[in-house]
Amino acid sequence: MVSGNLENKSNKYRMASNIRLIARLDIKGPNLIKGIHLEGLRVMGNPNEFAKKYYNDGVDEIIYMDTVASLYGRNNLSDIVKKAVKDVYVPITVGGGLRSIDDVKYLLRCGAEKVAINTAATKDPKLITEVSRKFGSQCMVLSIEAKRNGDDSWEVYTENGRQKTGMDVLEWAKQGESLEAGEILLTSVDNEGTKKGFDYELIKKVSESVSIPVIASGGMGCLNDLSKVVNDSSADAVAMADILHYDRSNIKLIREHCQENNINVRDYEA
Amino acid sequence: MSETMKPKISIVDYGLCNLYNVSNALEHIGANITIIDKPHDIEKASHIILPGVGAFKNGMRGLNLRELVQPLKEHIEKNRPFLGICLGMQMMLSKSYEFGEIEGLDIIDGDVEKIPKINSSNITHKIPHIGWNKVIINENVRNHHLLTGQDDKSSMYFVHSYRVNCNNKDNIMATTNYNDVNITAIINKNNAYGCQFHPEKSGKYGLNILKQFVKS
Repeated sequence: MVSGNLENKSNKYRMASNIRLIARLDIKGPNLIKGIHLEGLRVMGNPNEFAKKYYNDGVDEIIYMDTVASLYGRNNLSDIVKKAVKDVYVPITVGGGLRSIDDVKYLLRCGAEKVAINTAATKDPKLITEVSRKFGSQCMVLSIEAKRNGDDSWEVYTENGRQKTGMDVLEWAKQGESLEAGEILLTSVDNEGTKKGFDYELIKKVSESVSIPVIASGGMGCLNDLSKVVNDSSADAVAMADILHYDRSNIKLIREHCQENNINVRDYEA
Repeated sequence: MSETMKPKISIVDYGLCNLYNVSNALEHIGANITIIDKPHDIEKASHIILPGVGAFKNGMRGLNLRELVQPLKEHIEKNRPFLGICLGMQMMLSKSYEFGEIEGLDIIDGDVEKIPKINSSNITHKIPHIGWNKVIINENVRNHHLLTGQDDKSSMYFVHSYRVNCNNKDNIMATTNYNDVNITAIINKNNAYGCQFHPEKSGKYGLNILKQFVKS
């Protein structure tokens, strides 16, 4: 649980910046899926129908993650992204199975604004710098799947939380920043899909260790989880999945909740 | 609308960035797109968009290598419509301090500098500035045709580490506020406009800017 002193820290990075509300779409083949702990998949339907709805509701960004990319050794989202950008005029991030500059270039040509890289970066950290130098750091999102160790530390995982790397999450986040990643997408493998709330300590520790934006992902069950991860853990953006996919809430209500709780978000009327 | 009726917009490809999203958004609002990269293409173009993401130095090098600097300046001097987006806007200024001092297109008097990491209240914030910010339109240009459709909710998507300073405040149409740091959001001279944000990724408000530009 979050200890008292975590709640009293100032939000030194936040002030007037708007928190970004991001829809995260995990994809298997042609379908949007939703799992628990990044596994155990349930098919939800055509991802672009969901994306279109979220865009019309005023979502700030969309993340598409290919969950089976590692099985095929490549990202298979190009067709989905190409179609999505015909309806969705907010930034799209694509992740899963991206291994090279050419992979990144291809997805950007399909209309992605940014790429999220996890496995390939852990194997070859200089890929982060290469992508950042070639396409700009704003395009290079370091995706970190974090699993809590017994002792208040977190280990970096890959392959949707199945593969250990032996790397420490905080160290890796800092290294990612020094290698010129523009943002960190931080997913708690323990909390993902559980609806029990974010791993607040994880998000806070990473957010305070780096000066690039951190996107909190994994575990949002209700609207208060969002206020908490922003206020207590200094998240710069929040990635939401099943709370949106299962219609437990929607972007409009989430935006209103933020405004009522003094969390700055973009003004939007659908 | 028939193909011949559609307004024709030329997007400059200087080897640096992804043109897909800009051209996709323009097609969505009913424009006809041509990608151009030669001096004589610019001479023939009616509306030019200079997009761009990345470093100022690389951007100017890309334009110089293709000998596009002079034709672009002439296009603007002839009062033809021009829109610079993000780096494309920054390159409209006289110079930049990104990796030393580099000369820009010098269409608008001023410079480009790193966004201060610490604001006036001594608070550190994150650079790059990524995200949605409200665009504050200057009173005197509120009725400008480029800004038709904008209102007090107009927020746009920004991604940048550098900001534009104009020596002549009349060149500034709109600003935004990033943690109390003032950022120039839209600039203008003659029929040339520049926006720091990405209109192609800023939902309906961003698409409106493109629509109005296409009509100009």
